[in-house]
Amino acid sequence: MIEIKNLVKKFGDFTAVDNISFTVQDGEIFAFLGPNGAGKTTTIRMLTTLLHPTSGEIRLNDHDAVKDSGGARHSFGIVFQDPSLDDELTAWENLELHGVLYGVEKKLRHERMIELLNLVELWDRKNELVKNFSGGMKRRLEIARGLIHHPKIFFLDEPTLGLDPQTRNHIWNYIKNLNQKEQITIFFTTHYMEEAEKSAHKIAIIDYGQIVAQGTMEELKSQYNNRSLEEIFLDLTGHDIRAASATAVDHLRARRQRWHR
Amino acid sequence: MKVIYILWLRQLKRYLRSRSRIIGSLGQPLLFLVALGFGFGPIFQKAGGGNYLEFLAPGIIAMSILFTALFSGIEIIWDRQFGFLKEMMVAPVSRLKIMFGRTLGGATVAVLQGVIVFLLSLLIGFRPQSFNLLLPALIFMFLIALLFAALGTAIASLLKDMQGYSLIMNFLVMPIFFLSGALFPLNNLPGVIETIARIDPLSYGVDALRGSLLANGAHFGLMTDSLVLVVIVAILLALGSYLFSRMEV
Repeated sequence: MIEIKNLVKKFGDFTAVDNISFTVQDGEIFAFLGPNGAGKTTTIRMLTTLLHPTSGEIRLNDHDAVKDSGGARHSFGIVFQDPSLDDELTAWENLELHGVLYGVEKKLRHERMIELLNLVELWDRKNELVKNFSGGMKRRLEIARGLIHHPKIFFLDEPTLGLDPQTRNHIWNYIKNLNQKEQITIFFTTHYMEEAEKSAHKIAIIDYGQIVAQGTMEELKSQYNNRSLEEIFLDLTGHDIRAASATAVDHLRARRQRWHR
Repeated sequence: MKVIYILWLRQLKRYLRSRSRIIGSLGQPLLFLVALGFGFGPIFQKAGGGNYLEFLAPGIIAMSILFTALFSGIEIIWDRQFGFLKEMMVAPVSRLKIMFGRTLGGATVAVLQGVIVFLLSLLIGFRPQSFNLLLPALIFMFLIALLFAALGTAIASLLKDMQGYSLIMNFLVMPIFFLSGALFPLNNLPGVIETIARIDPLSYGVDALRGSLLANGAHFGLMTDSLVLVVIVAILLALGSYLFSRMEV
């Protein structure tokens, strides 16, 4: 379970995440949507203990993410937006390293590694260096890696970014399977609205650091007159194109310029 | 322990797999040994300094350890750029362990590199006067390696990307090497240079290697060398751990 109360993150006097609260129940698939620079990645970084919140509370399976970051870290797995494998190691070695970092005993670790490599269909390439892998293979390997320590919560930051429809389909099948079989809570972000519409039990939309809508797909549809998620999303967040991830910095820069004028 | 071991192993594997890097990084020490060793040899002999190649070889071994160790520390920036740092940072292990595993790995790699250069120098004609101090020499090599791997980690924790690379190369690494007494004796130097050489930690590393490989090789004495090296290693490890623990991914 993920519980977030009054979460705030400020960079200088720019507020990237502005007092958000939500709860993700055990076994739920939760989609976290928003335009670029809305505060998605900042939120995920706080949820995964990489960034300290300015104020507010984060609980992951009853572990406080700030005070008990060790406990929290054991209970989640993550696939980052950008690749985070060691290219100079083989697929097997990447998994092995992860398993050791998370303190999984050798016998159990190897059992799970074999099982997971088969699940993501990379077993026959386990001894190849990761630098020879395609983007989709790397993603699959990262999903396998994130599951070695059997996390209760799985964070996926744009897991299907830049992948072809076949691979996307494949990856979503794994994720849904995992969710059903192991009751793993899934928290994911994406820019593909149909992924959220198809797979998520619950959806939250964040913009300018605030949650502008949340609920099940049915709830959102009835609340906003039964249209597609894409239309709801555009209505709520506007049609303007947002700057990419530099937004936070841009805000700071704009402020500094105003200040110096 | 397992965590430190697996991160140590990772550094080692990365090193052993990049054969072209190993061979490439042997070019410079080889050139220095041949060009300077044979080039300045006659003058050095005439001036009463003895065999220059013998004098130079420990300095060049120390140099290759300095370069390899420092850059294995700075490689954290690559880990950050290629995302692997995040994977380590969200794992439920203390940053101290991550830093120690990496630093020990980097230091081991640098010692391997130093040993290879030592063997190369034997091929060229370097003859250590006593082989029974080979083990102490190895320990000193490890101390030099640890010192600069920790320094590299400390520097990398402060940098965001590789843009500061040439700054570090030209204003830190090169001066540390050239002003250390790796290339010239520390006797009768102008005051400023001598002071700098005394501050330069590599001077003590080079001196310790000379002290253990050559008869009457040490300028400061092995006791002083050991003491200075151990203290600076401890300080830099503490500093590196502190800066690394505050590093944001």
